[in-house]
Amino acid sequence: MGLLIQDKQVVVPGEILAQGMDYLPGHGTYRDGDNIKSTRLGLLNVEGRALKIVPLKGAYLPRKGDTIIGRVDDIAFSGWRFNINSAYPAMLSMKDGTHEFVARGADLTRYYKLQEYVVAKIINVTSQNLVDLTVKGPGLKKLGPGRIIMVTPAKVPRIIGKQGSMVTLIKEHTQTQITVGQNGIVWINGKEPKKEAIAVQAIELINQQAHVGGLTDRIKEFLEKRVPMPKTTKKVEEPKKEDTEVKQ
Amino acid sequence: MNLQIQNHIKQSLDQQARVDGRKLDEFRDLTIEKGVSQTAEGSARVILGETEVIAGVKMSVGEPYPDTPEDGSLMVGAELLPMSSPNFEPGPPSIWAIEIARVVDRGIRESKAIDTKKLCIKKGEKIWLVAVDIITINDDGNLLDAAGIATLAALQDAVFPTYVDGEIDYKKKTKTKLPLSKLPIPVTVYKIGDNLLVDPVSEEEESVDARLTVTTTEKGQICAMQKGGDAPLTIEEIDKMCTLAQKRASELRKKL
Amino acid sequence: MTYTKRLDGRKHDELRETEAKVGVIKRATGSAKFRMGNTTALAAVYGPRELHPRFLQDPEKGRLRCNYNMMPFSGMGDRVRPGANRRAKEISMVTTKALLPAVDLKDYPNAVVDVFIELPQTDAGSRCVGIVAASMALADAGIPMKDLVCAVAVGKVDKSIVIDLDYEEEQYPKYATTKVDDEEVADIPIAMIPSTGEITLLQLDGDISKEDLIKALKFAKPAMEKIYEIQKKALKEKYSDLKGGKK
Repeated sequence: MGLLIQDKQVVVPGEILAQGMDYLPGHGTYRDGDNIKSTRLGLLNVEGRALKIVPLKGAYLPRKGDTIIGRVDDIAFSGWRFNINSAYPAMLSMKDGTHEFVARGADLTRYYKLQEYVVAKIINVTSQNLVDLTVKGPGLKKLGPGRIIMVTPAKVPRIIGKQGSMVTLIKEHTQTQITVGQNGIVWINGKEPKKEAIAVQAIELINQQAHVGGLTDRIKEFLEKRVPMPKTTKKVEEPKKEDTEVKQ
Repeated sequence: MNLQIQNHIKQSLDQQARVDGRKLDEFRDLTIEKGVSQTAEGSARVILGETEVIAGVKMSVGEPYPDTPEDGSLMVGAELLPMSSPNFEPGPPSIWAIEIARVVDRGIRESKAIDTKKLCIKKGEKIWLVAVDIITINDDGNLLDAAGIATLAALQDAVFPTYVDGEIDYKKKTKTKLPLSKLPIPVTVYKIGDNLLVDPVSEEEESVDARLTVTTTEKGQICAMQKGGDAPLTIEEIDKMCTLAQKRASELRKKL
Repeated sequence: MTYTKRLDGRKHDELRETEAKVGVIKRATGSAKFRMGNTTALAAVYGPRELHPRFLQDPEKGRLRCNYNMMPFSGMGDRVRPGANRRAKEISMVTTKALLPAVDLKDYPNAVVDVFIELPQTDAGSRCVGIVAASMALADAGIPMKDLVCAVAVGKVDKSIVIDLDYEEEQYPKYATTKVDDEEVADIPIAMIPSTGEITLLQLDGDISKEDLIKALKFAKPAMEKIYEIQKKALKEKYSDLKGGKK
């Protein structure tokens, strides 16, 4: 009876997490008679009496309030259609896409061209997962030249770190601008390609090892070995506010 | 394709820097594993960075073509499995799969790497048909070179099945290897902007302007070529591309 | 019971040698490899992703779509011509149905989860090996599931109930080394949800009495549990190899 699996252990779908009525099934779990079982491959999280599973992998499912990176895939009469690394495309209407007045029938590529990447916020998701975006808000904007890499959406909080500590660490070491979308799309731009490549490697390392303890120290060591921080000037360049990552 | 992102990759290459930190003329790590399928007469798995390809050889007995009564036959096919990339769809072979198969086939055929006369069982009546199938498992760029190497490794691995009284017993393999006398290795040189590079990852492949596959044998002779991509090439560029391909081919050959 | 010693020396309830690995195809959302003797399956999961054409979409829940394919050189005999044939289509369909009861796609209306199962080599039991690999790949892809799905063939060879038949046992009288009392062979591929014991795939080729069939199905249960442990271990191994190792 009671908890059968320890907190922060990897569990598989169907695995019995706890027996009896002492615990409550939370996200990623279900009750089957006396047992609480997992529905996902992930890490068990015990919060008081509630059990939930933090997934280790999985496609992005749009949620209201998420800040994501999308790519313009099509242009409609009254807005833009985005690929947001999900089974569901997202729409950005003219009114949410720009402060300017846009006359009906105007050339919408003046604002966002096909294939361009944009940081946007999800303002609505319907029961059928129809998604509406806005670019009105702090940090929301069109992205310029750079590299686009894909990470597991479940790992995004680790890539960002507490109050953006992890991504700031990478940015400062590699002198890059980085924007992390909650949908697992990451945009990176550095003046020096070699340092930019190291920033990409660091992010890929987090993507692979996010579940292993001591992550921050490992990433620090990884960066320090390849691109040591100059000791004299305390911080090379304070990243501008709007370059900063999206919040969790 | 997003032009700003393409230009970003080009500018990095202008500074001799690649997305994964390699030199422009450098291949990724190559692993070759033979005998990965017991049902094939010969098989090999090639892992090039994150790109993975399997090739398998199947042999059967058939009749020769009337104009070449003493020659066995060789066929190369390729499948780009939807398993190996979100961009590949189920269905009949795409033009890209056909191109891979034909370029690999041409290298082996034109270099006469396999003596087809030795595949003759009875003149005008019975010959061996050798079918090589190339299957992609994971696509992270440069499938063609990986396919070429996998094909050669599978042919090296292949042995004839037992053939008695007009019947093949696939369960009983002989010790007789295929008559493979040369290793024609295809190396593709890619052009992005003004830069020439080899073995791109998928991220780089999306920005390729032109490519040239050059298949060379041990002696450095060229036995097959294929130009791809939309941009044209100058003779000077072709000269450089051939030199680079020959150099890389002789290094890759040592791994086989 | 004349078939007391199996052709390859296994006990009646013994599986062939197995090998399982998760995360073998980087581009896929989830992937796995499973080998049982000389039958190997690779499985890759993509999605949930957009489903086209639109008329295939289900507004109530996401769809599961499995695709079983033998590589051209993976057959015991001649080369298998590439492309879908009737057999591959049927196996794809029963594989989908075998996995569906364990998978929960209600959060993904109109979308599709694609499962590609590919076999580089086969020696009987390929649909079961494919289902075991696919089930691990679905879990690896983070798809919500109430349980994994296990699969193995059970059968009757010369009056004896045996688990996980290989090719020579399927063709038994041809390869028999001792006197044959009963020429009939039955081959029964089964898939099961291990926690409930519910059967999600059931096919049968051959000749068997109802009594023997039920006996065979019960006989398969402990083997399923073994397969479940192998799947569980492989899924956990993917995330444990770094733990406590390199700092």
